[in-house]
Amino acid sequence: MLCSVVAYAATSVTGAGSTWVYPLVAKWSSAYKAKTGIQINYQSIGSGGGIAQIKAGTVAFGASDMPLKPEALKAAGLIQFPTAVAGEDLVYNLPGIKPLQLVLSGPVVADIYFGKIKKWNDSAIAKLNPGLKLPNMNITVVHRSDGSGTTFTFCNYLSKVSPEWKEKVGANTSVSWPTGVGGKGNEGVASYVQRIPGSIGYVEYAYILESHLADARMINRDGKAVAPSLTGFQDAAAHVDFTKAQDFYVILTDHKGPDTWPISGCTWQILRKNASKDQNQQVMKFFLWGFEYGQQQARSIGFGPLPPSTVAAIQTYWKNELGYGE
Amino acid sequence: MNGSDTAVRIDIGSAPADPKAPSRSWRLSGDFLFHAAAVVATLLAAGALFATVAAITADSWLSIKTFGVWHFITSSAWNPVTQTFGAFPFIIGTLVSSTIAMILAVPVSFGTAVFISEIAPYWMRRPIAGAVELLAAIPSIVYGLWGLIVFAPIFAQVEPWISNTFGAIPGIGLLFQGPPMGIGMLTAGIVLAVMILPYISSIMRDVFLAVPSSLRESAYALGSTPWEVAWNIMLPYTRSAVIGGMFLGLGRALGETMAVTFVIGNSNMISSSLLMPGATIPSVLANEFTEATTPLYISSLIYLGLILIAVTLVVRLLAVLLIRRLGSREGASI
Repeated sequence: MLCSVVAYAATSVTGAGSTWVYPLVAKWSSAYKAKTGIQINYQSIGSGGGIAQIKAGTVAFGASDMPLKPEALKAAGLIQFPTAVAGEDLVYNLPGIKPLQLVLSGPVVADIYFGKIKKWNDSAIAKLNPGLKLPNMNITVVHRSDGSGTTFTFCNYLSKVSPEWKEKVGANTSVSWPTGVGGKGNEGVASYVQRIPGSIGYVEYAYILESHLADARMINRDGKAVAPSLTGFQDAAAHVDFTKAQDFYVILTDHKGPDTWPISGCTWQILRKNASKDQNQQVMKFFLWGFEYGQQQARSIGFGPLPPSTVAAIQTYWKNELGYGE
Repeated sequence: MNGSDTAVRIDIGSAPADPKAPSRSWRLSGDFLFHAAAVVATLLAAGALFATVAAITADSWLSIKTFGVWHFITSSAWNPVTQTFGAFPFIIGTLVSSTIAMILAVPVSFGTAVFISEIAPYWMRRPIAGAVELLAAIPSIVYGLWGLIVFAPIFAQVEPWISNTFGAIPGIGLLFQGPPMGIGMLTAGIVLAVMILPYISSIMRDVFLAVPSSLRESAYALGSTPWEVAWNIMLPYTRSAVIGGMFLGLGRALGETMAVTFVIGNSNMISSSLLMPGATIPSVLANEFTEATTPLYISSLIYLGLILIAVTLVVRLLAVLLIRRLGSREGASI
């Protein structure tokens, strides 16, 4: 009996948190199980729940779409590292306008989400889209109703491009929206956008791959109109110097680079420093395996693998913080 | 009522005549055990409620201390970024969506119950009653998805007609303004109405069937129509049970979570129009609990739960008062 419990404990690792990263962890863990026989159980209970569970020590790793500040990590005896890069798209329902035809910029999106730009043929949108026939239609803003890392990333981006957004709304997993309707989950936002002509919403890029929504190109920080793509998300990560940021506390939104997608995001894995060495190493081994061998799988579901330099920085970080690595 | 009570007592009284009856001491100890079991069961049920309220109060204490009671109830600010919380839009949303549900569900339930107990031929009664009751067995998430995927698109086609027809009327026209999105307070109310319909209608039907046939047949003999029998004989006779059934449905509407979350549109702003999105206390809990990270945020969400319990309690008290008033009036008139 005791033997079987020990054996079980050795071949199974439990994590919990972010729903955003769930498809990736699920995909990696099934391949990892086939390779090594080690079972990774991941419960997508939400980032808030993931942070609470890892603090309570009930799971081996927690996953959050919003990184913890270095002070908070220190106070709770935690460490964190990024998993993969991802992005968000703005989707719209405009009769006669095809996917990627519409171009938007950060300040314009902020004004739309403030409710200041009310019509699709507003001069601010028309200026970005010369030659496109924009309808005289009311804009219906759609946002996430449930607390989500997607909302955090989106609002973090708007806070960077609009001082007014930063001051009046800010960024969090839930915010006090100035206008609009809220859909539950990516599927909720997507179905509202499909339903309501003239609507605009934000969903995870991975979700676009499955649904048939029209998404917009965005003007990035370099002033170029770019389409959302995995390389665009990876460029965001490449232009961030993860090695210099303490505890990888960097948000990937609105970074430099000609092809960089401005609304890029990331999910962080959180470990406890005082967890057993064996348990932490199991988790580290799994993610290291994912960084190395799970790249193709990540791409297939809309996640960009971390650049090798970042993976090397994570390994150094483990050694420095825990005294052991993988 | 009294007559039948006496009859039952006489039956019990004649029981010891049976020679195989258990001895008096066994009956006493058995009786004692039964009493004790009943008391324990009651304490468990009541204790669970008190323990829940105590735990919820304890967990929401931080928020109660920070925002107070009156301010929390009347404030419209719900901002996780600045950590200021107020429940007003959600209390309004809960009450409005449930009121719409009641306005729609009560007449339909009454009609269904009258049809089953009075109008339908005998062979049709059971299948129809069963079909209506089956509505209660559908999980609420299915109602939510049905509301979002099936009902909302259809309703979006109807909404322009609603706002054109009723929107022009001064006063209540304000309730029917806004873009036709198919989701919002009215949609939530309609979906809720379908959900609570089986509860109200099955209770109404049961009590209508319990109306003594002597009363009913006397009325028919005097030349009453089925409507007159239902409205003037059956409804007054069963009034308190019917009101009890209505409040059972209302209680369910107040606490419904998933179905509402899908179709209400989830906006923290109070809108005068029923076609616009809103939010209820349960929908906010369903939406925000998983990602609530700070202690004050979590505490405020639990505080919302406490307020929902209080709202339900007030509604129940009103029901009891209403039944008591009607009961005393009935007593006076008979």
